[in-house]
Amino acid sequence: MNHENPNIVFLGLNFNPANILMLFVTCLVVFLIAVISTRNLKVKPTGMQNFMEWVMDFVKGIIKNNMDWKTGGRFHVLGITLIMFVFVANMLGLPAGVVWKGELWWKSPTADPVITLTLASMVVVLTHYYGVKQLGTKGYFKTYLQPMPFLAPLKIIEEFANTLTLGLRLYGNIFAGEILIGLLATLGAGSAFGLIGAVVPALAWLGFSVFIGAIQAFIFVMLTMVYMAHKVETDH
Amino acid sequence: MLGNTFILLSANGGGFLSSLNNPDGLNLGDIIVTIVFFAILMVLLKKFAWGPLMGIMDQRAELIANEIEAAENSRLESHKLLEEQRALLKEARENAQSIVENARKQGETQREELITAARSEVNRMKESATLEIATEKEKAVAAVREEFVSLSILAASKVLGKEISEEDNRALIEETIVKAGEGR
Repeated sequence: MNHENPNIVFLGLNFNPANILMLFVTCLVVFLIAVISTRNLKVKPTGMQNFMEWVMDFVKGIIKNNMDWKTGGRFHVLGITLIMFVFVANMLGLPAGVVWKGELWWKSPTADPVITLTLASMVVVLTHYYGVKQLGTKGYFKTYLQPMPFLAPLKIIEEFANTLTLGLRLYGNIFAGEILIGLLATLGAGSAFGLIGAVVPALAWLGFSVFIGAIQAFIFVMLTMVYMAHKVETDH
Repeated sequence: MLGNTFILLSANGGGFLSSLNNPDGLNLGDIIVTIVFFAILMVLLKKFAWGPLMGIMDQRAELIANEIEAAENSRLESHKLLEEQRALLKEARENAQSIVENARKQGETQREELITAARSEVNRMKESATLEIATEKEKAVAAVREEFVSLSILAASKVLGKEISEEDNRALIEETIVKAGEGR
């Protein structure tokens, strides 16, 4: 399972072209799903429009659980994009990992900690941004002194812990899922006996991975909104 | 922060680091690409998918609200019309009743008037008849009296055998008759 990752250096920055490829595929798939299902919009919805509206209402429900819709409405687009992106990213690595010349090219982009931590950092930075925007600089710093001033160090640690847990939870779930799929695939490819032994657990684990991928996408968006609510609302 | 992350993760062992596989340090390029891709995706989706979808959902919400309002309005209006009709019907019924009542009253008054008029007419006629009868009787009595005077004079002249001057004696005879009438 210890495949190398491809690496190129461009403008003094390290790039992993496999990650870029998979991010691009993810964006493309999400974009195509979203655009195709929102062609021929009708007031009386049919087919894929129903599905998209269900996703929107689902994210709306998540936001409404955490904050007032008046402040939370602006995060709707972020939430829908995030849930679709993370879900599709989680699904992409499920069929198989593609290894070419010892380098891992096709996988879930969310099975890379750099990407998940980037997404998590982006979310946390956004919460700080909207916290300052919503409460003002003074109100923003005041939140660190609540409920008790001596808890301020904990509140600061919490910010870093939030980022880490948000990113690593997603990474760990998806990476572990892919490792197990890879192991089962190796077992199945080894011998006829191994194939018989591997089919049932591989199918079961694939199904479970789909479930985990969906749950992790939901958790990611929900925690995003929880952190956001902590920053933009005073009475929490 | 990310530095901390990697120190923390390196304690995990080589497997994780090999997945990171950044021989020259942090995969900064991937981080930038991730954020840029995600931002572009979000902007594009907002423009091409979520925006129109939200628009149509708002439109539907508005449509439904309008429909509900219209239904409520028409319900109120029909209720109002019904009340109006009911009031009109009641008024018409009352009118009809009062008209019938009036007609009956008028008829009764007219009947009373007619009866009164007839009665007074009868009385008047009766009176005039009585008066006429009295006059006729007077006349008849006077005529009889006159005739009687003439007959008396004629008889007396026959009896006396001489012509009694009617003019001379008439006064006397009439006085006698009046006396006789009074005596009777």
